Amino acid sequence: MSKLSVPVSTKDHMEGDPAAPCILVEYGDYQCPHCAHAHPIVKQLQLHFGKRLSFVFRNFPLTQIHPWAEPAAEAAEFAGAQGKFWQMHDLLLENQRNLGDALFSQLAISLELSAPQLEAALEEQAFRSRVRADFTGGARSGVNGTPTFFINGQRHNGSFEFDFLSEAIEKAL
Amino acid sequence: MASILPAGTLAPEFSLHVTPDQKLSLSELRGKPVILAFYPADWSPVCGDQMALYNEILPEFQKHGAELVGISVDGVWSHAAFAKDRHLHFPLAADFEPKGEVARSYGAYRSDDGVTERALFVIDKNGVIAWSYCSPLAINPGAEGILQALEDLPK
Repeated sequence: MSKLSVPVSTKDHMEGDPAAPCILVEYGDYQCPHCAHAHPIVKQLQLHFGKRLSFVFRNFPLTQIHPWAEPAAEAAEFAGAQGKFWQMHDLLLENQRNLGDALFSQLAISLELSAPQLEAALEEQAFRSRVRADFTGGARSGVNGTPTFFINGQRHNGSFEFDFLSEAIEKAL
Repeated sequence: MASILPAGTLAPEFSLHVTPDQKLSLSELRGKPVILAFYPADWSPVCGDQMALYNEILPEFQKHGAELVGISVDGVWSHAAFAKDRHLHFPLAADFEPKGEVARSYGAYRSDDGVTERALFVIDKNGVIAWSYCSPLAINPGAEGILQALEDLPK
Protein backbone atom coordinates (compact mmCIF):
# COMPACT_ATOMS: atom_id res chain seq x y z
CA MET A 1 0.00 0.00 0.00
CA SER A 2 1.58 3.23 -1.09
CA LYS A 3 1.79 6.09 1.35
CA LEU A 4 2.67 9.71 1.02
CA SER A 5 6.37 9.86 1.85
CA VAL A 6 6.47 13.64 2.19
CA PRO A 7 3.87 14.73 4.77
CA VAL A 8 1.65 17.70 4.03
CA SER A 9 3.24 20.82 5.47
CA THR A 10 3.10 24.59 5.33
CA LYS A 11 5.34 24.42 2.25
CA ASP A 12 2.42 22.96 0.33
CA HIS A 13 -0.23 24.83 -1.58
CA MET A 14 -3.39 24.06 0.33
CA GLU A 15 -7.00 25.08 -0.15
CA GLY A 16 -8.82 24.73 3.14
CA ASP A 17 -7.94 24.22 6.77
CA PRO A 18 -4.78 22.22 7.58
CA ALA A 19 -6.73 20.75 10.50
CA ALA A 20 -9.58 19.46 8.29
CA PRO A 21 -10.45 15.80 8.98
CA CYS A 22 -9.63 14.86 5.40
CA ILE A 23 -6.77 16.08 3.26
CA LEU A 24 -6.79 15.20 -0.41
CA VAL A 25 -3.41 15.48 -2.14
CA GLU A 26 -3.15 15.42 -5.91
CA TYR A 27 0.05 14.89 -7.87
CA GLY A 28 -0.64 16.39 -11.26
CA ASP A 29 0.70 17.64 -14.56
CA TYR A 30 -0.79 20.75 -16.20
CA GLN A 31 -0.51 19.21 -19.67
CA CYS A 32 -2.06 15.86 -18.71
CA PRO A 33 -5.57 15.52 -20.15
CA HIS A 34 -6.62 13.29 -17.24
CA CYS A 35 -5.63 16.03 -14.80
CA ALA A 36 -7.77 18.51 -16.71
CA HIS A 37 -10.58 15.98 -16.47
CA ALA A 38 -10.03 15.62 -12.71
CA HIS A 39 -10.01 19.39 -12.15
CA PRO A 40 -13.80 19.96 -12.04
CA ILE A 41 -14.18 16.73 -10.06
CA VAL A 42 -11.92 18.16 -7.34
CA LYS A 43 -13.98 21.37 -7.34
CA GLN A 44 -17.14 19.30 -6.99
CA LEU A 45 -15.61 17.37 -4.06
CA GLN A 46 -14.67 20.63 -2.37
CA LEU A 47 -18.24 21.87 -2.71
CA HIS A 48 -19.67 18.58 -1.53
CA PHE A 49 -17.47 18.18 1.57
CA GLY A 50 -17.03 21.85 2.40
CA LYS A 51 -14.84 22.48 5.45
CA ARG A 52 -14.31 18.78 6.09
CA LEU A 53 -11.98 18.55 3.10
CA SER A 54 -8.74 20.35 2.32
CA PHE A 55 -6.93 20.05 -0.98
CA VAL A 56 -3.21 20.06 -1.74
CA PHE A 57 -1.70 20.11 -5.22
CA ARG A 58 1.84 18.93 -5.94
CA ASN A 59 3.65 18.95 -9.25
CA PHE A 60 4.41 15.79 -11.17
CA PRO A 61 5.23 17.00 -14.69
CA LEU A 62 5.99 14.27 -17.25
CA THR A 63 8.31 16.55 -19.14
CA GLN A 64 9.42 14.08 -21.80
CA ILE A 65 5.92 13.57 -23.14
CA HIS A 66 4.45 16.95 -22.14
CA PRO A 67 6.80 19.75 -23.18
CA TRP A 68 4.69 22.49 -21.51
CA ALA A 69 4.16 20.67 -18.23
CA GLU A 70 7.33 21.96 -16.56
CA PRO A 71 7.03 25.65 -17.54
CA ALA A 72 3.35 25.54 -16.60
CA ALA A 73 4.22 24.12 -13.17
CA GLU A 74 6.87 26.81 -12.74
CA ALA A 75 4.35 29.50 -13.81
CA ALA A 76 1.95 28.29 -11.11
CA GLU A 77 4.77 28.40 -8.55
CA PHE A 78 5.67 31.91 -9.71
CA ALA A 79 2.09 32.98 -9.07
CA GLY A 80 2.19 31.05 -5.78
CA ALA A 81 5.17 33.07 -4.59
CA GLN A 82 2.89 36.08 -4.93
CA GLY A 83 -0.11 34.51 -3.24
CA LYS A 84 -1.95 33.60 -6.43
CA PHE A 85 -1.17 29.91 -6.83
CA TRP A 86 -4.73 28.66 -6.99
CA GLN A 87 -5.88 31.28 -9.47
CA MET A 88 -3.04 30.37 -11.81
CA HIS A 89 -3.54 26.64 -11.16
CA ASP A 90 -7.19 26.85 -12.18
CA LEU A 91 -6.49 28.97 -15.24
CA LEU A 92 -3.73 26.66 -16.48
CA LEU A 93 -5.93 23.59 -16.25
CA GLU A 94 -8.91 25.37 -17.78
CA ASN A 95 -6.77 26.55 -20.70
CA GLN A 96 -4.75 23.39 -21.12
CA ARG A 97 -5.25 23.26 -24.87
CA ASN A 98 -3.46 26.58 -25.30
CA LEU A 99 -0.49 26.04 -22.97
CA GLY A 100 2.52 28.02 -24.11
CA ASP A 101 4.48 31.20 -23.49
CA ALA A 102 1.73 33.40 -24.94
CA LEU A 103 -0.83 31.92 -22.58
CA PHE A 104 1.48 32.25 -19.56
CA SER A 105 1.92 35.98 -20.25
CA GLN A 106 -1.78 36.43 -20.82
CA LEU A 107 -2.64 34.68 -17.56
CA ALA A 108 -0.03 36.68 -15.63
CA ILE A 109 -1.61 39.90 -16.88
CA SER A 110 -5.11 38.71 -16.06
CA LEU A 111 -3.94 37.99 -12.48
CA GLU A 112 -2.22 41.38 -12.26
CA LEU A 113 1.21 39.76 -12.14
CA SER A 114 4.16 40.97 -14.15
CA ALA A 115 4.41 39.11 -17.46
CA PRO A 116 8.09 40.08 -17.95
CA GLN A 117 8.93 38.86 -14.44
CA LEU A 118 7.20 35.56 -15.16
CA GLU A 119 9.10 35.26 -18.41
CA ALA A 120 12.37 35.90 -16.58
CA ALA A 121 11.51 33.37 -13.86
CA LEU A 122 10.85 30.72 -16.50
CA GLU A 123 14.04 31.62 -18.31
CA GLU A 124 16.11 31.39 -15.12
CA GLN A 125 14.24 28.26 -14.01
CA ALA A 126 13.73 30.03 -10.71
CA PHE A 127 11.09 27.55 -9.54
CA ARG A 128 12.54 24.39 -11.06
CA SER A 129 13.99 23.02 -7.82
CA ARG A 130 10.63 23.38 -6.11
CA VAL A 131 8.90 21.48 -8.92
CA ARG A 132 11.60 18.79 -8.91
CA ALA A 133 11.27 18.36 -5.16
CA ASP A 134 7.54 17.71 -5.60
CA PHE A 135 8.28 15.23 -8.36
CA THR A 136 10.91 13.31 -6.38
CA GLY A 137 8.64 13.08 -3.34
CA GLY A 138 5.89 11.77 -5.60
CA ALA A 139 8.11 9.11 -7.12
CA ARG A 140 9.01 7.95 -3.60
CA SER A 141 5.34 7.83 -2.63
CA GLY A 142 4.24 5.54 -5.44
CA VAL A 143 2.95 8.12 -7.86
CA ASN A 144 3.03 6.17 -11.11
CA GLY A 145 1.12 8.45 -13.40
CA THR A 146 -1.07 11.52 -13.27
CA PRO A 147 -3.29 12.35 -11.61
CA THR A 148 -2.51 10.36 -8.46
CA PHE A 149 -4.54 11.15 -5.36
CA PHE A 150 -3.74 10.51 -1.70
CA ILE A 151 -6.48 10.59 0.91
CA ASN A 152 -5.11 11.27 4.39
CA GLY A 153 -1.75 10.00 3.21
CA GLN A 154 -2.93 6.76 1.57
CA ARG A 155 -2.79 6.39 -2.18
CA HIS A 156 -6.21 6.17 -3.80
CA ASN A 157 -5.95 3.31 -6.28
CA GLY A 158 -9.34 3.30 -7.93
CA SER A 159 -11.02 5.56 -10.45
CA PHE A 160 -10.86 9.30 -9.84
CA GLU A 161 -14.41 9.95 -11.00
CA PHE A 162 -16.50 11.84 -8.41
CA ASP A 163 -18.40 8.85 -7.03
CA PHE A 164 -15.27 6.84 -6.35
CA LEU A 165 -13.27 9.65 -4.79
CA SER A 166 -16.19 10.86 -2.68
CA GLU A 167 -16.81 7.35 -1.39
CA ALA A 168 -13.13 6.98 -0.45
CA ILE A 169 -13.18 10.38 1.28
CA GLU A 170 -16.35 9.45 3.22
CA LYS A 171 -14.55 6.37 4.49
CA ALA A 172 -11.59 8.44 5.62
CA LEU A 173 -13.76 10.94 7.51
CA MET B 1 1.75 -15.33 -12.42
CA ALA B 2 5.17 -16.75 -13.10
CA SER B 3 7.59 -17.27 -10.24
CA ILE B 4 10.34 -14.75 -10.85
CA LEU B 5 13.92 -15.11 -9.64
CA PRO B 6 14.22 -13.94 -6.03
CA ALA B 7 16.81 -11.75 -4.33
CA GLY B 8 20.13 -13.49 -3.77
CA THR B 9 20.11 -15.25 -7.16
CA LEU B 10 22.87 -14.57 -9.66
CA ALA B 11 21.26 -12.59 -12.50
CA PRO B 12 21.32 -14.69 -15.69
CA GLU B 13 23.59 -13.25 -18.35
CA PHE B 14 22.03 -12.05 -21.60
CA SER B 15 23.06 -10.35 -24.78
CA LEU B 16 20.21 -8.67 -26.64
CA HIS B 17 19.83 -6.18 -29.45
CA VAL B 18 19.10 -2.67 -28.25
CA THR B 19 19.34 -1.18 -31.75
CA PRO B 20 19.36 -2.92 -35.14
CA ASP B 21 23.17 -3.07 -35.11
CA GLN B 22 24.05 -2.98 -31.42
CA LYS B 23 23.81 -5.54 -28.65
CA LEU B 24 23.90 -5.03 -24.91
CA SER B 25 25.12 -7.69 -22.47
CA LEU B 26 24.36 -7.65 -18.78
CA SER B 27 28.04 -8.35 -18.06
CA GLU B 28 28.98 -5.05 -19.74
CA LEU B 29 27.15 -3.30 -16.91
CA ARG B 30 28.99 -5.15 -14.13
CA GLY B 31 30.26 -2.75 -11.50
CA LYS B 32 27.07 -0.67 -11.41
CA PRO B 33 23.58 -1.39 -10.15
CA VAL B 34 21.27 -2.41 -13.00
CA ILE B 35 17.51 -2.05 -13.13
CA LEU B 36 15.84 -4.55 -15.47
CA ALA B 37 12.26 -3.62 -16.25
CA PHE B 38 10.43 -6.37 -18.14
CA TYR B 39 7.19 -5.05 -19.62
CA PRO B 40 4.62 -6.78 -21.81
CA ALA B 41 4.70 -4.66 -24.94
CA ASP B 42 5.70 -1.42 -26.62
CA TRP B 43 2.77 0.90 -27.34
CA SER B 44 0.17 -0.44 -24.92
CA PRO B 45 -1.01 2.56 -22.88
CA VAL B 46 -0.07 1.11 -19.50
CA CYS B 47 3.48 0.35 -20.63
CA GLY B 48 3.79 3.82 -22.04
CA ASP B 49 2.94 5.17 -18.64
CA GLN B 50 5.43 2.96 -16.87
CA MET B 51 8.26 3.67 -19.29
CA ALA B 52 7.37 7.38 -19.38
CA LEU B 53 7.55 7.43 -15.61
CA TYR B 54 10.96 5.73 -15.51
CA ASN B 55 12.15 8.11 -18.18
CA GLU B 56 11.28 11.03 -15.90
CA ILE B 57 12.77 9.37 -12.84
CA LEU B 58 15.96 8.43 -14.68
CA PRO B 59 17.98 11.22 -12.98
CA GLU B 60 17.02 9.74 -9.58
CA PHE B 61 18.18 6.29 -10.69
CA GLN B 62 21.39 7.82 -11.99
CA LYS B 63 22.08 9.39 -8.60
CA HIS B 64 22.66 5.80 -7.48
CA GLY B 65 24.88 5.19 -10.50
CA ALA B 66 22.28 2.74 -11.79
CA GLU B 67 21.62 1.75 -15.40
CA LEU B 68 18.04 1.11 -16.51
CA VAL B 69 17.22 -1.39 -19.26
CA GLY B 70 13.68 -2.04 -20.49
CA ILE B 71 13.00 -5.50 -21.95
CA SER B 72 10.09 -6.84 -23.95
CA VAL B 73 9.59 -9.36 -26.74
CA ASP B 74 9.10 -6.58 -29.29
CA GLY B 75 11.63 -6.36 -32.08
CA VAL B 76 14.28 -3.68 -32.44
CA TRP B 77 12.34 -1.62 -34.98
CA SER B 78 9.31 -1.42 -32.74
CA HIS B 79 11.59 -0.50 -29.83
CA ALA B 80 13.27 2.18 -31.93
CA ALA B 81 9.96 3.74 -32.96
CA PHE B 82 8.57 3.52 -29.42
CA ALA B 83 11.68 5.04 -27.85
CA LYS B 84 11.66 7.86 -30.39
CA ASP B 85 7.97 8.57 -29.94
CA ARG B 86 8.25 8.71 -26.14
CA HIS B 87 11.70 10.34 -26.05
CA LEU B 88 13.06 7.53 -23.92
CA HIS B 89 16.62 8.06 -22.69
CA PHE B 90 17.43 4.47 -21.75
CA PRO B 91 17.90 1.31 -23.85
CA LEU B 92 15.09 -1.08 -24.72
CA ALA B 93 16.33 -4.63 -25.26
CA ALA B 94 14.57 -6.94 -27.71
CA ASP B 95 13.95 -10.41 -26.24
CA PHE B 96 12.86 -11.35 -29.71
CA GLU B 97 14.81 -14.38 -30.92
CA PRO B 98 14.48 -16.95 -29.47
CA LYS B 99 11.35 -15.21 -28.29
CA GLY B 100 11.23 -14.55 -24.57
CA GLU B 101 14.34 -16.61 -23.80
CA VAL B 102 15.79 -14.04 -21.41
CA ALA B 103 12.43 -13.46 -19.73
CA ARG B 104 12.15 -17.24 -19.22
CA SER B 105 15.57 -17.33 -17.59
CA TYR B 106 14.32 -14.73 -15.06
CA GLY B 107 11.02 -16.58 -14.56
CA ALA B 108 9.23 -13.64 -16.12
CA TYR B 109 7.67 -15.10 -19.27
CA ARG B 110 3.97 -15.71 -19.79
CA SER B 111 3.82 -18.65 -22.21
CA ASP B 112 0.05 -18.43 -22.59
CA ASP B 113 0.19 -14.81 -23.67
CA GLY B 114 3.55 -14.80 -25.40
CA VAL B 115 4.69 -11.71 -23.52
CA THR B 116 6.87 -11.00 -20.51
CA GLU B 117 5.52 -10.30 -17.08
CA ARG B 118 5.64 -6.76 -15.74
CA ALA B 119 8.62 -7.70 -13.59
CA LEU B 120 11.32 -5.57 -12.02
CA PHE B 121 14.80 -6.60 -10.96
CA VAL B 122 17.45 -4.55 -9.23
CA ILE B 123 20.84 -6.20 -9.72
CA ASP B 124 23.78 -5.18 -7.58
CA LYS B 125 27.22 -4.26 -8.89
CA ASN B 126 28.34 -7.88 -8.56
CA GLY B 127 25.55 -9.20 -10.75
CA VAL B 128 23.39 -10.59 -7.95
CA ILE B 129 19.67 -9.85 -7.82
CA ALA B 130 19.13 -7.58 -4.82
CA TRP B 131 15.38 -7.12 -5.24
CA SER B 132 12.69 -8.39 -7.57
CA TYR B 133 9.01 -7.68 -7.97
CA CYS B 134 6.31 -8.97 -10.27
CA SER B 135 3.35 -6.65 -10.75
CA PRO B 136 -0.09 -7.66 -11.99
CA LEU B 137 0.06 -7.18 -15.75
CA ALA B 138 -2.41 -4.29 -15.83
CA ILE B 139 -0.84 -2.37 -12.95
CA ASN B 140 2.00 0.10 -13.31
CA PRO B 141 4.32 -0.81 -10.43
CA GLY B 142 5.75 2.70 -10.26
CA ALA B 143 9.28 3.44 -9.10
CA GLU B 144 9.13 3.47 -5.32
CA GLY B 145 10.23 -0.17 -5.00
CA ILE B 146 13.18 0.41 -7.31
CA LEU B 147 14.22 3.56 -5.46
CA GLN B 148 13.99 1.78 -2.11
CA ALA B 149 16.01 -1.18 -3.43
CA LEU B 150 18.70 1.15 -4.78
CA GLU B 151 18.88 2.91 -1.44
CA ASP B 152 19.18 -0.39 0.39
CA LEU B 153 22.17 -1.54 -1.69
CA PRO B 154 25.38 -1.69 0.33
CA LYS B 155 27.46 1.37 -0.45
